[in-house]
Amino acid sequence: MTVTDPVIELRDVGFSYGAAPVLEGVDLTVEEGEFLGIVGPNAGGKSTLLKLVLGLLEPQRGDIRVLGRPPRDASRHLGYVAQYPAFSRDFPITVEQTVLMGRLGTGGWLGGYDRADRAAAWQAMVEVEAEDLAQRQIGSLSGGQLQRTLLARALVGNPRVLILDEPTANIDQRVESDIFDLLGRLNERMTILVVSHDIAFISGYVGRVACINRTLVCHKTEAVEGEIIQELYGDHVRMVRHQH
Amino acid sequence: MTTCAWCGTSTDAMDGFLHALGHQAFLQTALAAGLLASIGCGVMGTYVVVKRIAFLAGGIAHSVLGGIGAAVYFGLPPLAGALAAAVAAALLIGGIRLQWRAQEDTLISALWAVGMAAGILFIAKTPGYQTDLMSYLFGNILLVPRESLVFMAALDALLLVAVAAFHRQFMAVAFDEEFARLRGVPVAFFYLLLLVLVAVTVVLMIQVVGLILVLALITLPAAVAGHYVNSLGRMMVVATLLGGAVTSGGLALSYGPDLPVGPTIILLAGALYIASAVVSRQLARRRARRAFPAGAGEAGHG
Repeated sequence: MTVTDPVIELRDVGFSYGAAPVLEGVDLTVEEGEFLGIVGPNAGGKSTLLKLVLGLLEPQRGDIRVLGRPPRDASRHLGYVAQYPAFSRDFPITVEQTVLMGRLGTGGWLGGYDRADRAAAWQAMVEVEAEDLAQRQIGSLSGGQLQRTLLARALVGNPRVLILDEPTANIDQRVESDIFDLLGRLNERMTILVVSHDIAFISGYVGRVACINRTLVCHKTEAVEGEIIQELYGDHVRMVRHQH
Repeated sequence: MTTCAWCGTSTDAMDGFLHALGHQAFLQTALAAGLLASIGCGVMGTYVVVKRIAFLAGGIAHSVLGGIGAAVYFGLPPLAGALAAAVAAALLIGGIRLQWRAQEDTLISALWAVGMAAGILFIAKTPGYQTDLMSYLFGNILLVPRESLVFMAALDALLLVAVAAFHRQFMAVAFDEEFARLRGVPVAFFYLLLLVLVAVTVVLMIQVVGLILVLALITLPAAVAGHYVNSLGRMMVVATLLGGAVTSGGLALSYGPDLPVGPTIILLAGALYIASAVVSRQLARRRARRAFPAGAGEAGHG
């Protein structure tokens, strides 16, 4: 892959879980260093698009390349924070052990984590300001603390692309700004894709917005105005622009 | 006070067990078998509890009777048949879970019953000596032959080596399969390996509590441990110690009144679990109350 190749490239991608297509004719190119926001109504296909890029789902139509490879072969270079974590909160595991899990696939197969793994985990926890939580059980964390932990788990493998699905869905607005400020800093060294329902909020952070409701339209953030939102969500949307 | 038949010392009821333990080889073997089984149930039970696959473990345990029955019928060692059947059942049930998720519970309960039915038919049609079905179903720790201890120790060693080698992968698969897959962990392989090791544990326990009661001894000590610890490693150690305590305790309690040992062990484990569930709930409530400073204007809102 040369320097100018796109980080992510989707060509005419279509996907369906059953009879009705969730995504249709999606073309998307993401360049190195971009901060792309993905917005759209519920069930519009946002999370599905991320899972296709991650290689967790296979498209029925079209072609996806991530870092010039099929998504499955690139997934170790991607950091992912899911919208609904699949684990139960009472699992007996500490923040540090959760973060260490992001080091799987970097070293050997046998035995435990080594010194380098622990150093990387510590560094990732410092980066998200979660180092004080290292020995806490994940069930005892607040929503914002858990989100920082999962962000550290995504960062600890040194990803080239960070992919987040509604990273601030269940946390208060002050913490939401903190997390997006952090993403802004991370964007200096990695490409970021973030799904959000809150188009007005993320437009202050991202460089470009992809609007998804089965099909996909991209906009520069300056262009995200009432007209597009109406086109996407229907007529009766009240636009609220947050000023922070 | 009773007088010991072997050395003439007089003892009271509870000391009777300890005294007999000093003289009776079969009790020593039974105690060792219980302790060896506890290692398997502590280590693998922890995964069964946190991964919430007790139903799968139950399916594996019960369908093992098919393998025991076939082995008895064809004149092979029953435990070898049990091991083969357990591994086959684990792979089949794991495959069902990975491929036909929608009908998982139906298919597993079918395998559960079909395995048992096949086993009973085989045993019923075995010519000559009728094997004691009850001891496979409910165990008979007092009849464990000394040679079986070596077999059990070997199975324990196999479990411990596998878990030591792959504990990172097992933890990731137990905690968050999707994330493990993204990190390049072959999730299906480790999921099936985990079930195979659970199957090995079931075989390990058959002689101690039998294949019907085995589920309780796999899940209860680990579930009790889970009330108090926050890491898988500690949960395994505590569950192993608790498993050792209930098997030894059950053996001791059953000795005086001459009760069946397996069911005594299970009732002890059940009682321990209930007591622990009540205590840990109280502790959680107390923690929640302590979150508020005493007398901070909450009176009357109890």
